[in-house]
Amino acid sequence: MKFSGFKVVKEALTGHKGWQPLWRNPEPKPAYDIVIVGGGGHGLATAFYLAKTFGELKVAVLEKGWLGSGNIGRNTTIIRSNYLLPGNEPFYEFSMKLWENLEQETNFNSMVSQRGIINLIHTDGQRDAYRRRGNAMLLAGADARLLGRDELKEMVPFLNYDNARFPIKGGLMQPRAGTARHDGVVWGYARGADQRGVDIIQNCEVTGFKIENGKVLGVETSRGFIGAKKVGVSVAGSSSRVMQKAGMRLPMESHVLQAFVSEGLKPTIPGVITFGAGHFYVSQSDKGGLVFGGDLDGYNSYAQRGNLPVVEDVLEGGMALMPMIGRARLLRSWGGIMDMSMDGSPIIDKTDIDGLYFNGGWCYGGFKATPASGYAFAHLLATDRPHETATGYRFDRFNRGHVIDEKGVGAQPNLH
Amino acid sequence: MLIPHPLLGLRDSQEFTYLGDANLMHRPDPAAENAEAAFCEYVFLRDNPAGVHRELWFHEQGDRSWLVVTRDTTTHEILGAELASDVKLGAAQ
Ligand SMILES: Cc1cc2nc3c(=O)[nH]c(=O)nc-3n(C[C@H](O)[C@H](O)[C@H](O)COP(=O)(O)OP(=O)(O)OC[C@H]3O[C@@H](n4cnc5c(N)ncnc54)[C@H](O)[C@@H]3O)c2cc1C
Repeated sequence: MKFSGFKVVKEALTGHKGWQPLWRNPEPKPAYDIVIVGGGGHGLATAFYLAKTFGELKVAVLEKGWLGSGNIGRNTTIIRSNYLLPGNEPFYEFSMKLWENLEQETNFNSMVSQRGIINLIHTDGQRDAYRRRGNAMLLAGADARLLGRDELKEMVPFLNYDNARFPIKGGLMQPRAGTARHDGVVWGYARGADQRGVDIIQNCEVTGFKIENGKVLGVETSRGFIGAKKVGVSVAGSSSRVMQKAGMRLPMESHVLQAFVSEGLKPTIPGVITFGAGHFYVSQSDKGGLVFGGDLDGYNSYAQRGNLPVVEDVLEGGMALMPMIGRARLLRSWGGIMDMSMDGSPIIDKTDIDGLYFNGGWCYGGFKATPASGYAFAHLLATDRPHETATGYRFDRFNRGHVIDEKGVGAQPNLH
Repeated sequence: MLIPHPLLGLRDSQEFTYLGDANLMHRPDPAAENAEAAFCEYVFLRDNPAGVHRELWFHEQGDRSWLVVTRDTTTHEILGAELASDVKLGAAQ
């Protein structure tokens, strides 16, 4: 089944009887060439590119719950490539380019909307830092614009420009950044992978690895043993938990991040806006709800829910930045578990165990990385070589002293 | 979350800042032969358990003591708190 405008019209006229499920629900086979653990955005994107780009035929994705039950269904959907460091920026720009073509590639409406992101500037020092970042982005082939106060005021007049403590002096904008429909990304990749023969197996928790003589032979699951020549683990917040079953300790802590959505309002916020002096960022969904979030709760957590102090902190940030939201009612809030790495950057690498590969450490920024992460992980799994934009994302960067620390805060995961 | 401070009773966790795994109190010996590898593990690798976790909290807006708090990371339930100085003394004996 191919989606098209013609198909929509045809179904509308014929009672919507021709729609089919987006993917099969197969029983697990005894063995696969490649087994991906974790059916989040990254796992499904990996399977999609394995099948589509690298011609792998016997691939399965094992998901302990249902597709989209992890962070891919909990994030605030911002996509951008406004990083500074050479280890990161080319990778995220590669991801941005994949986003731009995603809907054509998957034949699925993922509602990729390049409505722009603006990081606000409140001090002269911050303007210098953002100018440097913008230049780094341009050098890596991305787009960036430094906005003055007047230009910004025209675009987003509703901000509190004259806040006594944090006046707004301008912004760094990436016009090609924006948002995508997170569930649409899951479904698009799942459907695309399934169509190319990937078995997506839900309610199948990996409980252990079968490893003999330093080589992985398959995975133990809640639905029995599944053999595999290669296993790629892509379980985001559960990374330490799963890799511990293979005897590994990771450079990572799991932390909870919360997000919020208000009641639906008329269109007011054109793109994504981030407060440069506090923990608050906001965009508006197509349904009209303001989608916003802030900082991590700050302590190790696997609870998928946060506490009230951060709720207060985020809402204070919102009120300082745009007092007009004070009248909007909060509809929902939720939390997801972040795989916070020690330098704030991810890992896409082989492990010391032959045939066992790992993808994780995405912190709170892995949604935008979904296409490139899947592509790069598929590249690694299929060819045993890292993708050219992901060569820095190695386990051994920590002992070699080659950390990729965008914020420069050191090995303190709750500060990244 | 309320942290049962051994000297001050129940205190709001907002008065504290969080550092991480209490094993950070056990710094490797910088003179040991494997010091480089040991420090790399110490600085970068974590157990990161789902369940009971012993962790360091600093009572920044209180008596500025370090506590070792035992907490369940799957429920946020706090199971106990000790002064880090007591824990360290105990470990040294
Ligand atoms: C509140 C919030 C806001 C965010 N905002 C943004 C944002 O604006 N922009 C951005 O770029 N990023 C954002 N992120 C981060 C982003 O969502 C994640 O980095 C990204 O989704 C992680 O990759 P994933 O999609 O593969 O993870 P997940 O969807 O979590 O996938 C991992 C999967 O592995 C499964 N799994 C775990 N253990 C096992 C097992 N033993 N066996 C089988 N399966 C298992 C889980 O059930 C889960 O489905 C946000 C995250 C949160 C929580």
